[in-house]
Amino acid sequence: MSKNKKTFFIKINGKSYRAKEGQTILDVALKNKIFITRLCYHPDTVAQGSCRLCLVEIKGKKGLFTACNTQAEPEMDILTDSKNISRAKQTNLELIFTEHCEECADCIYKYNCSIKEFAKENKVKINKFPDRKKDHPVHQFGPALIFDSKKCIDCGICVDICKKVGACFLEYEKKGDFYEVTPSSDPKKDCIYCGQCLTHCPVGAFEGVGEFESIEEPLKQKDQGKTVVFQFAPSIRSTIGEEFGMPHGSIVTGRLIAAIKKLGIENVFDVSVAADVTTIEEAKELIERLGDKKASVPMFTSCCPGWVKYLEFYQPEFIPHLTSVRSPQIIMGGLIKTYWAEKNNIDPKDIVVVSIMPCVAKKYEIERPEVMIGDIKPVDHVLTTREFAQLLKKHKIDLKEVKAVAPDPFISAPTGAGVIYGASGGVMESALRTAYKMITGKKLPKLELKQVRGIEGFKKAEIDIDGKKLKVGVVNGAANAQKILDELKENPKAYDYVEMMACFGGCIGGGGQPVPVNDEIRKKRAQGLYNIDNRKNIRMADESPFVKTLYKEFLADHDNVHKTCHTTFSKKEKEVHPTPYKK
Amino acid sequence: MSDIITKLKKANLLGRGGAAFPTHLKWQMVKDQKSDTKYIVANGSEGEPATQKDGYIVEHYPETLIQGLKLALDAIENSSAFIYLRKDYFKKYKNKLKKLIGDLPIEVFAEKGGYLSGEETMVCQEIEKSILRPRHKPPFPGQAGIHDYPTLINNIETFYYAAKIAEGKYNNERFYTILGDVKNPGVYELSAKATIKDILKETKNLPDFKFFAQVGGGASGEIILDTEIDQLAQGSGSIVVHNQEKTDPYELMSEWLQFFMAQNCDKCTPCREGTYRLAEMIKNKEISKEDFEDLLFTLENTSFCALGKMVVPPLRTMSHKILKI
Repeated sequence: MSKNKKTFFIKINGKSYRAKEGQTILDVALKNKIFITRLCYHPDTVAQGSCRLCLVEIKGKKGLFTACNTQAEPEMDILTDSKNISRAKQTNLELIFTEHCEECADCIYKYNCSIKEFAKENKVKINKFPDRKKDHPVHQFGPALIFDSKKCIDCGICVDICKKVGACFLEYEKKGDFYEVTPSSDPKKDCIYCGQCLTHCPVGAFEGVGEFESIEEPLKQKDQGKTVVFQFAPSIRSTIGEEFGMPHGSIVTGRLIAAIKKLGIENVFDVSVAADVTTIEEAKELIERLGDKKASVPMFTSCCPGWVKYLEFYQPEFIPHLTSVRSPQIIMGGLIKTYWAEKNNIDPKDIVVVSIMPCVAKKYEIERPEVMIGDIKPVDHVLTTREFAQLLKKHKIDLKEVKAVAPDPFISAPTGAGVIYGASGGVMESALRTAYKMITGKKLPKLELKQVRGIEGFKKAEIDIDGKKLKVGVVNGAANAQKILDELKENPKAYDYVEMMACFGGCIGGGGQPVPVNDEIRKKRAQGLYNIDNRKNIRMADESPFVKTLYKEFLADHDNVHKTCHTTFSKKEKEVHPTPYKK
Repeated sequence: MSDIITKLKKANLLGRGGAAFPTHLKWQMVKDQKSDTKYIVANGSEGEPATQKDGYIVEHYPETLIQGLKLALDAIENSSAFIYLRKDYFKKYKNKLKKLIGDLPIEVFAEKGGYLSGEETMVCQEIEKSILRPRHKPPFPGQAGIHDYPTLINNIETFYYAAKIAEGKYNNERFYTILGDVKNPGVYELSAKATIKDILKETKNLPDFKFFAQVGGGASGEIILDTEIDQLAQGSGSIVVHNQEKTDPYELMSEWLQFFMAQNCDKCTPCREGTYRLAEMIKNKEISKEDFEDLLFTLENTSFCALGKMVVPPLRTMSHKILKI
């Protein structure tokens, strides 16, 4: 039975607001759109209470209080501005600026920097004190992420979020007189490249590798006579609009294709088309595994490279459970350089495939030797959603102003199933739509599998397929995946099929997506994708015209299926080590 | 109200860790909580430089300390206790204490951290073996302490006097640590009503030269001039005498700040960065009054825990009284 929480009124700046027992002053303020300066608060983690900027006064109480961790109490009379608040806020901001070596031109918060705003509002002299961290190291996390500790303001969010994800790779270590955020040197801990540290850092101390200094590289290759093609991931269509001031969840597929073409790129592929291939191969594999007593069941999805890295490093004994099917980006890249290249009579060596991805781990995925097709690398460059948006801005292309073009009916016309890959639960839903049909010969009575939708970190469902109950799990956040693994250690038959994503909410909450992000935003982004699916005539992967032709012309050959659609996995040793501090 | 708590109230015993919170209120609060598990901690972290009285009590009166804990164990149902000691005390006294404890539900615990580990919520973090950073208050340990169970945390000296009160042998005394430029340094048990002047006189430590004293902790204590010693010794009851002519105030302030910087947890902005900026100003002897006062104000009003606030009194009194800034 849920206990009803008491409600009462508090005053903020003289006006009365309703508050609920357990709410902090900041909760009440945010709910009522009252602005309170803050840096270390993120709704995805517990209140850090470290930046000391969300200062308020409470009538009748001495001193200043932090709104983020002071509970609202009946009849509290709160001020969010006063001489004392300004004085302390200004001083703390000046101190925060001594930790943050500004590099605004390349920053992910170039256009929406909170501390710069706060400095202006509070008349802060940002150079009042010298930079304390100017000799601090830059850490690189594989081909995915950069952590520039010269910009870190020690808010603590990244350490918490890394723990919440389940990697526990970022930690505090004492260097001289100070505890510093640093990648772990523990051989048993490693980065999984999810990039949640990046999307949660309030000051841009983390960035993708190459963000933004290398974003022009792919276009330069066009000038060198290469055939440069672009492909974009399922989730991009409902997130990139944010970078151009459009509402969260805006669908911009046609504009996105038009914008890429404006950069002089002729061929634009939709990765959702390859997601349909992933779906078919994965559904086949699932049916095979379920019918084979010796096979590893449950089967785990493997299209999230962060999750795959987590499993290969932290729980390698479960590797046989990963589906061997390649991720949509790698399948698409491989098909472009084999099937499409042959059809168009282009030497694959002259093709440069550029992916626009919601993810920094995808930068790592393309470097995995297991994805090579002979000596062909399926994908040459990965630009994150943010990087690609920045590239458009540099070329003065405003997505909001661009006129949408119709997608190429062959290479960029996915089914609804291929589009929902971008949301947590989407891979599972797509595969089950097709698996159900493969097993029963019929379509699911209701295509929407509502049980596996939503941004919750842990979802469980039973799907009835011809009288057999299929036990499925859908998790986002590697820590939730670990819960499933722990459950399986106790009861190996607890699941038949599990979808795992490293990032909160799946790819729509990925480390390459626009910032800021929170549950509200993730919900809207996911809803955008489900809206597309609802409106599509074709919502089953196996009904895609591209897929049908492909299986007739190219994937009828088993060798082709093997080399373009399947991969292998292996136990991984620690890859990321901290950069030492200068003595 | 139980017998002992009434007695504590009547004797008006105040906590001897430095904050001087009425002891009977703490005991009553933990007693009143509904819980099948409760904890009691005798805090012997004694991280403040120039304070030695908890170590002195453990060395000379361990039976009285354990008697005090026993009273708390009896008064508070479902409870077990810890004697929480800083590393060197633990090493020195653990065997002796364990022998005296016998079958009582009291564990001798070695703290891992330093100065900050004497702070109440840190005591809980230490015993839980959690990350060594203070917690937000409320909830107070009396409501939700170790593993979120109600936890009574008192200084070792407080438990010592609880036992004395129960025996009817308490005459409002307390322990003082006297160090610095004095002839008879050491720990003394004297009246809690004695002024600093009385204490120095009675222990034959009153200097015949111009001096100032740091009172209530060798890092966080306030500076008291020799013209101001007709007052009580507050905080943890330590008195460090400095020969005013022979003492470089900058050097002394630097020592405090180095201590705070080494001992703080670096969680919150004012304590991490503010303390560092103050240290830099003092090292370079370039103190802008405005910046200095802004930093002290911000430390005092916005630090996450007590440590950051404790940086302020010594610096403020030193700068006002000696440096005349």
